Amino acid sequence: MQGRRVPLGKKVGKDLRDFGGAYLLALPVIIYYILFHYKPLLGAVIAFKDFKPRLGIWGSKWVGLKYFESFFSSFYFERLIRNTLTISLGGLLFTFPCAIIFALMINEVRSKWFKRTIQTVSYMPHFISLVVVCSMITLFVDKDGFIVQLINLLNGNVNQNLLNIPSAFVPIYILSDIWQETGWNCIIYLAALGAIDPELYEAARIDGANRWQQTLHVTLPGIARTIMLLLILRVGSLMSVGHEKIILLYNDYTMETADVISSYVYRRGLINAEYSFSTAVGLFNSVINFALVVLANFISNKTSGYGIW
Amino acid sequence: MLHTAKAEHASGSQLRQEGIGYSIFTVINTILLVLICIITLYPMYYVVIASISEADVLGRNFGLLLLPVGQINTYSYQLVFRNTLVLSGFANTFIILAVGLCVNMVLTCLGAYFLSLKGSILSRPIALLILFTMYFSGGLVPEYLNIQSLGLINSLWALIIPVSINTYNLLIMRSAFASIPDSLVEAAKLDGASHFKILIRVFLPLSGATLAVMVLYYAVGHWNSWFRASLYIHDTTKYPLQLVLRQILLLNQNSELAASTTDAGELAKYADSIKYALIVISCAPILILYPFLQRFFAKGVMVGALKG
Repeated sequence: MQGRRVPLGKKVGKDLRDFGGAYLLALPVIIYYILFHYKPLLGAVIAFKDFKPRLGIWGSKWVGLKYFESFFSSFYFERLIRNTLTISLGGLLFTFPCAIIFALMINEVRSKWFKRTIQTVSYMPHFISLVVVCSMITLFVDKDGFIVQLINLLNGNVNQNLLNIPSAFVPIYILSDIWQETGWNCIIYLAALGAIDPELYEAARIDGANRWQQTLHVTLPGIARTIMLLLILRVGSLMSVGHEKIILLYNDYTMETADVISSYVYRRGLINAEYSFSTAVGLFNSVINFALVVLANFISNKTSGYGIW
Repeated sequence: MLHTAKAEHASGSQLRQEGIGYSIFTVINTILLVLICIITLYPMYYVVIASISEADVLGRNFGLLLLPVGQINTYSYQLVFRNTLVLSGFANTFIILAVGLCVNMVLTCLGAYFLSLKGSILSRPIALLILFTMYFSGGLVPEYLNIQSLGLINSLWALIIPVSINTYNLLIMRSAFASIPDSLVEAAKLDGASHFKILIRVFLPLSGATLAVMVLYYAVGHWNSWFRASLYIHDTTKYPLQLVLRQILLLNQNSELAASTTDAGELAKYADSIKYALIVISCAPILILYPFLQRFFAKGVMVGALKG
């Protein structure tokens, strides 16, 4: 800036003269963020209070960390953490690499129309709503659904709804994720692949690199930065598994493997109306998520120089 | 291999150069990709053929279907369209789309314009405060209590106003605005244009493609959303389509299904067919439009990736 010699009042005056109109235009946006993001953030203080709707947020009694303690010492604590981590690590291990491999496979296709057809087909499931995808899963893995029938053909008799088997929940969750999102997730890698300088391949070929070596030494380093960025985002959300798909798919039989922190918050908070307790659980989760994002970003910045901010 | 590689263009000679290993790879790769396409499409295909199959024959035919079974008919579709809840679901979703998209676009453009201001004192700190909300939120319950305290329960506004801005979209829009040359803005300012005029006359016309991406992203968001409605909307007549789908398809709420027909026997017989038909009907609008809009969607991913 021009330095400290300009008095603050003058600076503000000039800023208002220059940008006052823009501030006025932005007012609804700022009100929106205050009303629908910062107000609920402030409302999260009920995690430290014994919230009674009748008394309101500020009229309710402070209870300190009571609800956090009761969550940490509850039977559910360990199970929820375990389930949340299982599902997100499963995604990291299987869903995440699928998109990279798929992008590399598409990248090897020479025919333009074939490439475009694969892309159109593979992006499609991304646009099917979650409710519909989960309904399709429910219909297909039911006792007489075609997936169960297929498994029956291959090895013996399952003959029951797979959604009622606790050990099948995570595989169903992850496989359906792979089906729905792999195509879409690979777009970003395809873009990175397209941006690799063709002369690098040329040079590698001249140096005698075969196709495989070219992939190893030109293609993969070319998309390493993209992989790294997406990996940070993944690691940053290791403790946040969205509640929507879980709520649509789980049932009383599969609670022990399917219930994650967010679905637990939903059930205890909004179905059982235990507002303070579930806010505490949610807040605990938010803090961990935030710490993970910051940490992942920090590590990535330090080690590779890439970060999301 | 050889220095003649420079002249390589025709794929035939390229194959010769890459050797037999690579052509085997190409064949396997192609087969795998075709298989992946089939696996991707089959569930959708199954739903379509199941929806036009004869209901009781379908019930006896398990396993993979390649073609519709029994007499091909559209009776299940007639039943779906007779269901008043499905119809009101469509109507509610269209209302939300129409009003919601207007609110979304106006607020997102205003916000993005503000964030793209160069030299303003407030722009950057507020950008940080907005960015923070992407990574930290109060959680489900405080949000619910907030909506309740604003008196939005059981109103379609609860599905519109609280989601007027998606911060991720806001950032995409901002990076589009930020890429507009300063000289154009300066020229407009010299002509005495107000901020509103600059936004309308300079920024918007130059950001057509990104605006299209925004409309699509927000539209898909509204179309697919069900969870908020399940929290805030109590009247079944106000349910958006996805929530109606959930009631019928996942919760097996026969009272909702019964809106199709009053004959209990018929209802039991057609329950699955109705579900398949309902899935087809609810996906059709987006999947029909999708191939034409695909490049916009993909473009949005790129724009978002540049400045995440």
